[in-house]
Amino acid sequence: MQIPYTVKVRPDTGLYNAKLGIWLFLASEVMLFGGLFSAYILLRSGATSWFVGSEELSVPIGTFNTFVLILSSVTVVMSWASLRMNDLKKYKMYMGLTILLGLVFLVVKVLFEYMPKIEHHHIPSSHNFFAIYFVLTGLHALHVIGGLIVNGYLWGPGSKMWDTDPEQFLNRIEVAGLYWHFVDIIWIFLFPTLYLL
Amino acid sequence: MVDHDQEEPFWRKYIFSVDHKVIGLQYAITAMLFLFFGFCLILIMRWNLAYPGEVVPIVGKLLSEEGMLTPDGYNSFGVMHGTIMIFLGVVPLAVGGFGNYVLPLQLGAPDMAFPKINMFSFWSFFVGGIFMLASFFLPQGPASSGWTMYAPLSVIATTGETVWLFGMVFLITSSLLGSINFIATVIQLRTKGLTWMRLPFFVWGQFVTAFLLLLAFPPLEAAAVLQLMDRLAGSSFFMTSGLYVGGEVLEVAGGGSPLLWQHLFWFLAHPEVYVLILPGMGIVAEVITNNTRKPLWGYRSIVYSVIFLGFMSFVVWAHHMFLTGMGTKMAAFFQTTTMIISIPSVIILSALFISLWGGSIRFNTPMLFALGFLPMFGIGGLTGLPLGLASSDIHLHDTYYVIGHFHYVVAPGTIFALFAGIYYWFPKVTGKRMNEGLGKIHFFGSFICMNGVFSPMFIQGLAGISRRLYDGGASYLHAEPVLQWNEFMTMAALGLGFFQFFFIANLFISLAKGEKVSSNPWKATTLDWAATPTPPLPHVNFENIPEVYRGPYEYSMNGGGNGQKDFTPQHESVKD
Repeated sequence: MQIPYTVKVRPDTGLYNAKLGIWLFLASEVMLFGGLFSAYILLRSGATSWFVGSEELSVPIGTFNTFVLILSSVTVVMSWASLRMNDLKKYKMYMGLTILLGLVFLVVKVLFEYMPKIEHHHIPSSHNFFAIYFVLTGLHALHVIGGLIVNGYLWGPGSKMWDTDPEQFLNRIEVAGLYWHFVDIIWIFLFPTLYLL
Repeated sequence: MVDHDQEEPFWRKYIFSVDHKVIGLQYAITAMLFLFFGFCLILIMRWNLAYPGEVVPIVGKLLSEEGMLTPDGYNSFGVMHGTIMIFLGVVPLAVGGFGNYVLPLQLGAPDMAFPKINMFSFWSFFVGGIFMLASFFLPQGPASSGWTMYAPLSVIATTGETVWLFGMVFLITSSLLGSINFIATVIQLRTKGLTWMRLPFFVWGQFVTAFLLLLAFPPLEAAAVLQLMDRLAGSSFFMTSGLYVGGEVLEVAGGGSPLLWQHLFWFLAHPEVYVLILPGMGIVAEVITNNTRKPLWGYRSIVYSVIFLGFMSFVVWAHHMFLTGMGTKMAAFFQTTTMIISIPSVIILSALFISLWGGSIRFNTPMLFALGFLPMFGIGGLTGLPLGLASSDIHLHDTYYVIGHFHYVVAPGTIFALFAGIYYWFPKVTGKRMNEGLGKIHFFGSFICMNGVFSPMFIQGLAGISRRLYDGGASYLHAEPVLQWNEFMTMAALGLGFFQFFFIANLFISLAKGEKVSSNPWKATTLDWAATPTPPLPHVNFENIPEVYRGPYEYSMNGGGNGQKDFTPQHESVKD
């Protein structure tokens, strides 16, 4: 039997199922990162010594990556908006850009941040500052990778759905977009906490 | 969309099924097996408490060459008993089993909102369970640092701990996906006319439970990641500087805080207590209204109470940590919130008690278990009050009193509610009723034995016996006056095991040749009974999705005497 409201909006809640689902998932993600941010606060307030973020981490590279992610948030909205205006070509371009920007973020992160740190032996076992840095940014990077896989699918093989069920495909882009914004927002909290404070 | 009229292959129908009813049964059967296994672990431990260091009968050869339970084995079994009972037994049965099977039926929904995610949730749970079981085969045995995994002990523990953490990550993922599904189903798939105040209380219990799982588990996932880092990458999140292990200073950077683990852990584990109890309360409310043939007393007030309970459960966690030296101001805050959270629990329990008043009660097996739940949960709740106050907790912390308290809540509390649910919904699942005679032996035997096991724990705890002693206190002078209870409790536990065989036999006998029943054998009002065929067909819950015209418990509303029907199902419209 068909499950109701997978595509159409339920009138009294104003949501389709997947949209509610992603919001609930994001709520749990807030608690996950909230737990880690609380851990950061508790560790820092109890530590006898703590590093100044801006001295140990590269603020210019962090700033660059922040802009990359914010830009990708813009492009993902553009891809959804293009699809709403029935322009699959533009959708593909903007979604492709989103994926590209996500990749740039990861490459910069690994090449210019993780590698030099490991070289300088700034690793989790040397100090809790680096330990929490690696956990927070690493978990965030995993979220970026997850988002890239989903976006990549929706850009490539998944986009066939546009021909068969455009309404549901549009919903999927919206849900994926919400998740991608969330990944961006997490970074916007991570960046000042780790790099500037 | 798959065409379900066609016959599906076996693996799709019974193994990787997306039908909420099959998934519910998968959860329930797996969870019951785990409950049995967890119970066997504690029987071995109880044997050792009564006869420390003596050869364990039957299974001794599996434990050690000498045939006795070793102190290390005792520690491991304690951890695994707790882990299995909570995360692999009670919660999967109450939420995964009953929730999956009954919730869509009571909502008038064709399935859960996300059937594939539902299937994934079960298999993630299954993999987590395999991890936990596999850890028994490690050379140094499974995790052994207490089920709470307090650091730094857990960080320096053997490999079993790592496997435990990986297992937990799978279990957390499972309940996360499950809880999203439950909430989305309740909000989106309620049938026409089923407004919030017409939901059966069972649905409310599951709904609030799902929110607790959704929001409380992620911090434990964060904590598990941090502990894995401590163990595998050598970080010091939970390790202070200058720790001595085996006479030598531990080579870690230090600067971490063992308290951090406790905060993150109890932020989950206190809401988890309500995850354990709320589905049970939901089941009991259904069974009691059905068998007293009366509406639930104070429906609205207990719905608001359960919501309030859900909120409050997030701000009481540190009452597990009064002895950590966190300061009197913090303790004062958490004592206050703890006293406040007891109010909604009392409202719910009182409403259930008052619901009995003036009813013509049918004393069938599910009702007996539901009635057993009320005082047992009451004892569990009331004995919790001294633990919620810092001054009395100093004496009682980490003693058998604590064990007695939470086992009264979970064992004769939640597990009795779950038994009530099994006896109550068995006809729905199979179309046959469970044997009443065997059911009554099961109830009275379990009731007496449960109390025999758990009430002496209060006596031992007040005498100050620690909960973690391998010999049950035999090496301590202060334990001597209460030591004789150990043998008594072990005998009661063995008796409890004996009476469970009546239940197991009942399951199989009733399945094979139980009395066949009509589609609504209990004369119930909720949609799960009234509007669906019994047992429901795979993938088809309702031939036509029913509409709802009234509240969930309209029993004896229009007299009902003289052979008249004394109940009005939710989907019966006014003109019928």
